Amino acid sequence: MSAPAWTTVCELDALVPDVGVRALLADTQVAVFRLSPGDDIFAIDAFDPFSKAPVLSRGIVGDLEGQLVVASPIYKQHFNLRTGQCLEDDAVAVRAFPTRVVDGQVQVGC
Amino acid sequence: MGAGADRRIVVVGNGMVGHRFVELAATMPGLAVTVFGEEPRAAYDRVHLSDYFADAGVADLALPPPPAGAAVHVGERVTGIDRAARVVRTDRDREVSYGALVLATGSYPFVPPIDGHDLPHCHVYRTIEDLDGIRASGAGAAVGVVVGGGLLGLEAANALRNMGLDTHVVEFAPALMGTQLDDGGAAMLRGMIEDLGVSVHTGRNTLRIAPGDATRYRMEFADGGALETDLVVFSAGIRPRDELARDCGLAVGARGGIVIDGSCRTSDPNVFAIGECALHDDRIFGLVGPGYEMAKVAAGVLSGREGVAFKGADMSTKLKLLGVDVGSVGDAHCRTRGASTYTYIDERERVYKRIVVNRTGKKLLGAVLVGDTADYGMLLQTMLNELPLPKHPDALILPQRDGGGMPAGAVAGLPDSAQICSCHDVSRGAVVAAVSEGATTLGAIRECTRASTGCGGCAPLVTQLLNAELEERGIEVDTDLCEHFPHTRQELYHLVRVERITSFEELIGRHGRGRGCDICKPAAASILAACWNDHVLEDSHAPLQDTNDHFLANMQKNGTYSIVPRVPAGEITPDKLIALGQVAKKYDLYTKITGGQRIDLFGAQVHELPLIWRELIDAGFETGHAYGKAVRTVKSCVGSTWCRYGVLDSVGMAIAIENRYKGLRAPHKLKFAVSGCTRECAEAQSKDVGVIATEIGWNLYVCGNGGMRPRHADLFATGLDDETLIRFIDRFLMFYIRTADRLQRTSVWMEHLEGGLDYLKSVIVDDSLGVVADLEAEMEHVVGTYECEWKSTIEDAEKLKRFRTFVNSDQGDDSLVFVRERGQRRPALASETASEVA
Repeated sequence: MSAPAWTTVCELDALVPDVGVRALLADTQVAVFRLSPGDDIFAIDAFDPFSKAPVLSRGIVGDLEGQLVVASPIYKQHFNLRTGQCLEDDAVAVRAFPTRVVDGQVQVGC
Repeated sequence: MGAGADRRIVVVGNGMVGHRFVELAATMPGLAVTVFGEEPRAAYDRVHLSDYFADAGVADLALPPPPAGAAVHVGERVTGIDRAARVVRTDRDREVSYGALVLATGSYPFVPPIDGHDLPHCHVYRTIEDLDGIRASGAGAAVGVVVGGGLLGLEAANALRNMGLDTHVVEFAPALMGTQLDDGGAAMLRGMIEDLGVSVHTGRNTLRIAPGDATRYRMEFADGGALETDLVVFSAGIRPRDELARDCGLAVGARGGIVIDGSCRTSDPNVFAIGECALHDDRIFGLVGPGYEMAKVAAGVLSGREGVAFKGADMSTKLKLLGVDVGSVGDAHCRTRGASTYTYIDERERVYKRIVVNRTGKKLLGAVLVGDTADYGMLLQTMLNELPLPKHPDALILPQRDGGGMPAGAVAGLPDSAQICSCHDVSRGAVVAAVSEGATTLGAIRECTRASTGCGGCAPLVTQLLNAELEERGIEVDTDLCEHFPHTRQELYHLVRVERITSFEELIGRHGRGRGCDICKPAAASILAACWNDHVLEDSHAPLQDTNDHFLANMQKNGTYSIVPRVPAGEITPDKLIALGQVAKKYDLYTKITGGQRIDLFGAQVHELPLIWRELIDAGFETGHAYGKAVRTVKSCVGSTWCRYGVLDSVGMAIAIENRYKGLRAPHKLKFAVSGCTRECAEAQSKDVGVIATEIGWNLYVCGNGGMRPRHADLFATGLDDETLIRFIDRFLMFYIRTADRLQRTSVWMEHLEGGLDYLKSVIVDDSLGVVADLEAEMEHVVGTYECEWKSTIEDAEKLKRFRTFVNSDQGDDSLVFVRERGQRRPALASETASEVA
């Protein structure tokens, strides 16, 4: 796998901890989360495979059974923020993207 | 019937009992069932016949259709029985042979043979046709008289009253409901009925019905008195329909009724009789319950089952007559030798309770309840199961101001066969079995056994039994909110208040574990908002909230939002209506009128929300909180301002209520309504809080619900002035917010509230918990600190930052696909999206 192409989406300070935002990449939309405490950044596909709507950035984040998750605001399925795996359905996962912070800028790899 | 016998069964009569028999028999292998009913329609629920007047149609009264395989002939009367040939003949000259014949011919209303009893506008009260006749006679009528002050007579009186007639009840006996009530109970009932405007004439013997002066008729009494009336309904008792049995020589009782034995067999072993036409042990059973029992016995005998028998039935009954709760248990008249009574009378609250105990004072023999039947289930079970009485039996009926009442252990002593719920015939054993299978809440027990889903009178008994069983099994009921908090919502509410906790971090740090989730975070946000009324967009609350609360709009299936400005009470000026239309047009928002009398604008993206709201606020709108677990709408009818029937200003009151409670956060959404008269056009009785205007003030209803689980609201208080009404609503809402579970509507909350409506009244009206002052102060705080969340949002540059569709672009999401339909846009279906892309 080749090295990811990084896209800068916003300043780190623009992210409210535990509140997702949606970002536009070249050919997709991603949901980006900054988790408190600390500055860990996660990005998964914004597109919810159950409702077929780009809503995952607008779910509530938390933890379930030790996994960091976001809950879809439409039908409430949970997705692992690290892997994109759906907790309710083993057969469903969304794409997870690498992230990094460079000079206070949040970047998502694709 | 032995093997090889004729398995054809003919049933005569298609009333409730006949129908029940058919349901049971038609599913038994090998039995072929044919039914004849003289009424022109399929079997219906005669017990709820009066509903036909209220709002039910014929379809609402219909019983489930008979099982396939049963041949049902409606509108066809059996005219004769040839027992030797085992053949019945009908009025359509049909002859049908039977192996066994079941008579379920029911009863007919007794009409005293007075002069004029057969004039037009003189009716009985038994069939849908009778009710149609009464309704027709009611047109143009002013006065109606019911002859007969028994149970059915008072139902008929209610129907006449609801038709707007000046209603009179004429009873030959000295008291009302002589079968069920003692004199004291009857007197209390009479007073309550007269207060409703129904005139009661007891000890009156009607001689004739003569032409009237101002009305159609004049009823003349033996004592020389007279009563003018336009229509007469006879409800002077029932007589068994035994003429077919008589004609074919079956044994009948001296005063009528087809004699049956414990297997429901008549004097001919091939002929059975069930229901009100049957005479068992010299008694006629004029209630549907015993009739059903007979149907069960007869079907069991015919299918060859051993050991089933009808052993008579308890005639205890509980019902609501003209809005008055009445209960009668066992030996209500204290006719048992050596028995004595205890009586409790509260003339202010209009409650009458009397119990009859045996010579030793250890057993309950009977009871009369008027005005308050909450103890009915407990008393009935105590009598039926011969439970030992407390040392002072009057504890059973004295108000339980500090607990008291039946000792909790009593229910544990019941045998498994003891009937706990008489409406659905649920035994103690069935409830215990449900607990064994994992039902650990009253709600779960209700779902799997149906216990306490009828009249609800046994709910305290079921709860007691449930708790005793759980305790015995050492089951700790898991009421934890979620994996992060080992507490219920109610407990968290108290923790937040008592420890003055103002943030989720503080709450989970002190009382929870982990990071929280989409269950506990919004619950905590709601509690914090209800307690401290902090602006819901405070940054510390932002991660706690559903997207709807976060963006102050309602997310729809395609991820866009809808917007509902507040339109208090549904009253809107033309200018504001135009402004709404202009905004909708500008942003191409799909526009629809809601059920709550406001307007919903669909299809906005996040970045458009502040732009739209800027224009709405400039036009004078406020947020409608449609996105929150909060007060939604106060629906109203136009009231006395315009309506010829309006009694009070329902719109004015609705606006006052909506403005008072707007923004109030709660465990779930709250809907209100105010009707300007008892025609109830605002449907207040299906709301969390319903207010109905009457001549003497406002009637307050609580805990109603529409939607998926409709619940008729409970009448909480009557004849209130404006100030008291608001005070009661203040207390009610705050008590609900304090004690309800997360996402628990008031209707479900009420059903789980131990002690139910009476308990709620005691807390809110009588201040039994001493919390009323607190509740009012909390509400004052919330009301005093209200602000429109959208107004404060668009004035705050910091808060506006979150309203971006994309964090890295000012654009909207152009991947959304819409289709135009009927002049507006809507989200494209999956199939339409595919073709769009292709």
